[in-house]
Amino acid sequence: MSDQYTVQTQPNNVDAHDSAKAHVTGAAVYVDDDISFGSRKYVAIGGSQVAHGTLNSINLDRVRQASGVIDVITAKDIPGHTDIGPVFPGDPLLTDSQIEFFGQPLFAVLADSQFEARQAVTLADIDITEAPAVLDLQQAIDSQFYVRPPHTMKRGDSDLAFAAADQKTGESGAHSDASASDRSTVINGVVSVGGQEHFYLEGQVAMARVEEDGGFIVKTSNQHPSEAQKLVAEVMAVPVNKVVVETRRMGGGFGGKESQANACCCFAAIFAQRNKVAVVCRLSRRDDIILTGKRHNFINRYRVAFDDGGQIDAIHYELAAQCGSSPDLSDAIVDRAMFHSDNAYYLPNVTIDGLRCKTHTVSNTAFRGFGGPQGMMAMETVIDEIAFAVGKDPLDIRKLNFYNTDDRNITPYHQKIKTFNLPALVDKLEIDSDYRNRRIAIAEFNDANSIVKKGIALTPVKFGISFTATHLNQAGALLHLYTDGSLMLNHGGTEMGQGLFTKVSQIVSSVLGVNTAQIRITATRTDKVPNTSATAASSGTDLNGMAALQAALTLKSRLTDFIVTSQGCEATSIEYTEQGVAIGSKPHMTWAELATAAWQARVSLSANGFYSTPDIYYDRERAAGRPFLYYATGAAVSEVIIDTLTGESRVLRADIIHDVGHSINPAIDKGQIEGGYIQGMGWLTTEELKWDDSGRLLTDGPATYKIPAIADTPDEFNVALWSKDCIDESAVFGSKAVGEPPLMLAMSVWCAIRDAIGAAGDNKVFPALNAPATPEEILRCVTAVTKSSAKSAAQQ
Amino acid sequence: MLRFLLNDSIVNEPGVDADLTVLEYLRGPRNLCGTKEGCASGDCGACTAVVGWLESGQLRYKSINTCITLLGSLHGQQLITVEHLQDGETLHPAQEAMVNCHGSQCGFCTPGFVMSLFALTRNPPEPATDRKAHIERYLGGNLCRCTGYRPIIDAANQVLDTAAPTRDKFERNAQETINRLSEIEPASEGNGFYRPRNVDELCTLRARYPDAPILAGGTDLSLEMTQRLKRFDKVICIQQIADLTYLTSDKDHHYIGPCCTIADLVHGLQYLGRDLVNLLHRFGATQVRNQATVGGSIANASPIGDLAPVFISMGATVVLQSIDGKRSLPLEDFFVGYRQTQLLNNEIVREIIVPRSLPVAKSRSSPTSEGSEAGSPIADTLSVLKVYKVSKRIDDDISTICASFYLQRQGDRIETLRTGFGGMAAVPKRAHALEKLVCGKVIDNALIAKAGAVLAEDFQPISDARASAAYRLQLAENLFRRLCIETGPESIVSRVGEHV
Repeated sequence: MSDQYTVQTQPNNVDAHDSAKAHVTGAAVYVDDDISFGSRKYVAIGGSQVAHGTLNSINLDRVRQASGVIDVITAKDIPGHTDIGPVFPGDPLLTDSQIEFFGQPLFAVLADSQFEARQAVTLADIDITEAPAVLDLQQAIDSQFYVRPPHTMKRGDSDLAFAAADQKTGESGAHSDASASDRSTVINGVVSVGGQEHFYLEGQVAMARVEEDGGFIVKTSNQHPSEAQKLVAEVMAVPVNKVVVETRRMGGGFGGKESQANACCCFAAIFAQRNKVAVVCRLSRRDDIILTGKRHNFINRYRVAFDDGGQIDAIHYELAAQCGSSPDLSDAIVDRAMFHSDNAYYLPNVTIDGLRCKTHTVSNTAFRGFGGPQGMMAMETVIDEIAFAVGKDPLDIRKLNFYNTDDRNITPYHQKIKTFNLPALVDKLEIDSDYRNRRIAIAEFNDANSIVKKGIALTPVKFGISFTATHLNQAGALLHLYTDGSLMLNHGGTEMGQGLFTKVSQIVSSVLGVNTAQIRITATRTDKVPNTSATAASSGTDLNGMAALQAALTLKSRLTDFIVTSQGCEATSIEYTEQGVAIGSKPHMTWAELATAAWQARVSLSANGFYSTPDIYYDRERAAGRPFLYYATGAAVSEVIIDTLTGESRVLRADIIHDVGHSINPAIDKGQIEGGYIQGMGWLTTEELKWDDSGRLLTDGPATYKIPAIADTPDEFNVALWSKDCIDESAVFGSKAVGEPPLMLAMSVWCAIRDAIGAAGDNKVFPALNAPATPEEILRCVTAVTKSSAKSAAQQ
Repeated sequence: MLRFLLNDSIVNEPGVDADLTVLEYLRGPRNLCGTKEGCASGDCGACTAVVGWLESGQLRYKSINTCITLLGSLHGQQLITVEHLQDGETLHPAQEAMVNCHGSQCGFCTPGFVMSLFALTRNPPEPATDRKAHIERYLGGNLCRCTGYRPIIDAANQVLDTAAPTRDKFERNAQETINRLSEIEPASEGNGFYRPRNVDELCTLRARYPDAPILAGGTDLSLEMTQRLKRFDKVICIQQIADLTYLTSDKDHHYIGPCCTIADLVHGLQYLGRDLVNLLHRFGATQVRNQATVGGSIANASPIGDLAPVFISMGATVVLQSIDGKRSLPLEDFFVGYRQTQLLNNEIVREIIVPRSLPVAKSRSSPTSEGSEAGSPIADTLSVLKVYKVSKRIDDDISTICASFYLQRQGDRIETLRTGFGGMAAVPKRAHALEKLVCGKVIDNALIAKAGAVLAEDFQPISDARASAAYRLQLAENLFRRLCIETGPESIVSRVGEHV
């Protein structure tokens, strides 16, 4: 690999985040901290107070007269397109007719302060004819109410397999001498998986100013500046080249600023143009939670046939997602749920139906894992239920059903598994975490304790890396060398805390042999690198790191050619270092000397890099192809304790091994793994979204929506990077994507809670636990298993 | 006129609005944007800054949420923001540790964490205190969505391990700071922000401006502005009235001044047992406990406040005062409806009086939960205060329900029980039917089942964002069951926090 990239060293430093010092001193500038546009005016958005209906009239006189108000707009004031749906239409910036969710924007106000804008919004007089609303996912499933048509993936013949299994079940009933492996069990089940609010600490915000030529500069906390640029241009009815979008950093994104950050950009641009002032559109926390989409909740139904050993023969899934009022990114999200409903297991005969259900609630959107976690939850529920049915440790059922690279190696979407390190990784984790002994100790603890119960679970993660829309797998980068030897780096990826800028800078520094301090990392801007993809799908480093690598290689090859020509030396005798270049026995040149000399020789010192992921394709019509370049893998063991009187739970210990390939920055990768696990734990435990009967979100702030706090971090938290088996389908420098996959390690928490609940019912009844496992849900489940357990004991 | 020390500069602010929050002030006119707004409701800690003040001539420091602190309350104090921590080019140990431990990712919560860590250096754990618990308490009010907290816990440990985390410029400049703060004269009024010097002045102002809100800690009042978008042109601040901040006892009662903060209570009521201390440690987060007061918690009459159930179960009395004089009434009678009390619009909450033992008691022991349990409960009467808080998240969360039991038990028999429940009704209240049912009864499963039935007579809770009505009722029954188990002869692990 070194030869291929002609690098000096493999990047592998625990460099601090490039902004770490700015973070801790308060010097890091977020959009609302930026005073470079001078005095700014503020936007607030007025929304519907019903979930479904028709807007008859809207009287904004009192709004206009309110203190500090400068301007008020409705849908008719939008100069160009009103719909800002990212893929499909359905997301009007402001609506003037159909209301599809509680809080749907109807008008917007510009005022001197955010407070005055928010106050003014409450004064509108709105007349809406209410219509019956579909607020419940099951209701949408029953009435086949969809935002997009259902989609199915198939491999093998699950219908045939179930028919055979039914017959075998019947036969085995009749012939008790049938051998174990001949028998087959069929189970039907359902698991409900809750949604999740992103709760990035910095809420949605954008700031816009009009340029002298009628163009716009928009600064935004946004994972997808190119899309914001395109949408602002469409909304303002100007060419795309009239809009520059800049994102220096986000105070957290997690998918919530992929499509959801664009409305603020558009509002800011409209008001900036109308009033010729700098405008900030920053949502209050409550507006942010109410107005922007969340992780999709799912109802997953399954029918599974397996033999007496617990090996799966056939599965039929129905994965139904609550998409909310519009398609947004839901087609791809439900597809990804389907792509991951095998998790790490071979399914010989499989049918997966994915439903995109419509409800009159805010349109759900991307969130770390992008549907993948919800699909995997179906699979891990199935595994637990099989283990319960055959009376084995769920870990053994997991191992039994793992893919291999020989004969059990085709996914439900017909991609071949070429490398698969999970069996080895899980074996190591089982030993390192002392899983078997702890399970024994936990059983003893549970025998000795009637009120509190412990549980443990080991769950794996196999997560496909690449955008499943193949065309998005591209990236660009721009690298300048200045005559003093300093470098300026820019690429299409955005920094949301994941350390992307640091890693990409490390890649460039490795290629050129320079210290990262020599490279200035600059804000992502659509006028530097155009037509970029969202920083999403864990692809940030894979794509932008590769593009930056190409730029660095181009620059280096020009410099090498120049040195060879001017110095009359062999290319192989040149060594690039932090100090400059060493050329055999000739005098050393500093970077400033080299850059100046190359400039004087009229060598271009600005290089573009471009990358498109090779060898991936997906035929959605056939539901077959190779959508993923490779898989990221990992596994976690979690141990929990629950209180059977209250349903309260705690995670006592977590052990994780996660594969990041050749880590470019182990400290940053470890940060992603730990952070993902805790965020996933929140999703599956305390983070509960609740609506009232009118479709109003009740959990609209941190007082009612509870993300993990510091004391929720397990006391014992062991995280290791998998150090073997570098993959063949290498991403940049043999590293692996790490943004999303660790979130799903937290399934081990949820499965461990189920294990503990099972113990409360003496393991006589399978606990039909849903997510999130709030205290209320745990107590519901404990009550259910203890009642049925007592009943079955009474019957015996 | 409002005068305080902003970092190291004395500022005079004669013209600010009475209801301006510190965060609005910092990010607006001061352009100190290092302090972030995450929620504007005191729940996330992104806006944390540190306040220094003089107590008996000594400088003390505490962390606060600037989003729910009114600027006027800073008169005579020092406000330290994240921009001021470093010493020239040298990072403060709290900042250095966060960089070293990779404690920041997106960085938005980081200034708040850094300030909480700085406050931690000024309030380190006592040698006997569990360091981990202390760190979690100090940082429990700061939410991070990126890191999973492990590196931040490491940073906190690193800061505490630093040879002298307090050997910084703040210590170097301490005497100068003390001198400068001492020179600030008390101010009575400025632009609608009133600072009465004593109770008489307060009662006069209260009578004159009955619609002006009373500002004690402000952790609830500020939400009227930031969440419900109200404005107040007059605010009566009572924090500076020394006569209202005390916690004293005689042989029969505790006397608690309304301006006692929750943090003060933790120290003052420790001997009432671990349960109460644990509850107080779960009351909001450190930034809130540093500000929120006993009087505020009682006067705002939230049905989910955690103090009222405890005090009701202990038979507390509330003393009200106006220019016409004082009156007292049982705390349980003070609450009349959802956020409605018997407080007249010219009255203030003057004092809470808590009996040291059960009012109907013939108990011989003082109500310490550990002490009595450790004795031999079969022969002696056990007199105990048990307080249970159940919430979705264990720390920094509002109670789904809070149940306080003041129990006398002899062997298997309940002699007397007084209760206080929060989260079960529109007001914090006793479960009279339960108390009547169980007094004098022998504890068995039948009694507990009956308790569940009568609790449904006592309470018709609502379903809301936190939980369903059915869950609340089941919890009430189960917490009574837990009470019976925990006060019984067998030692049974009954809480998830006490498994080891």
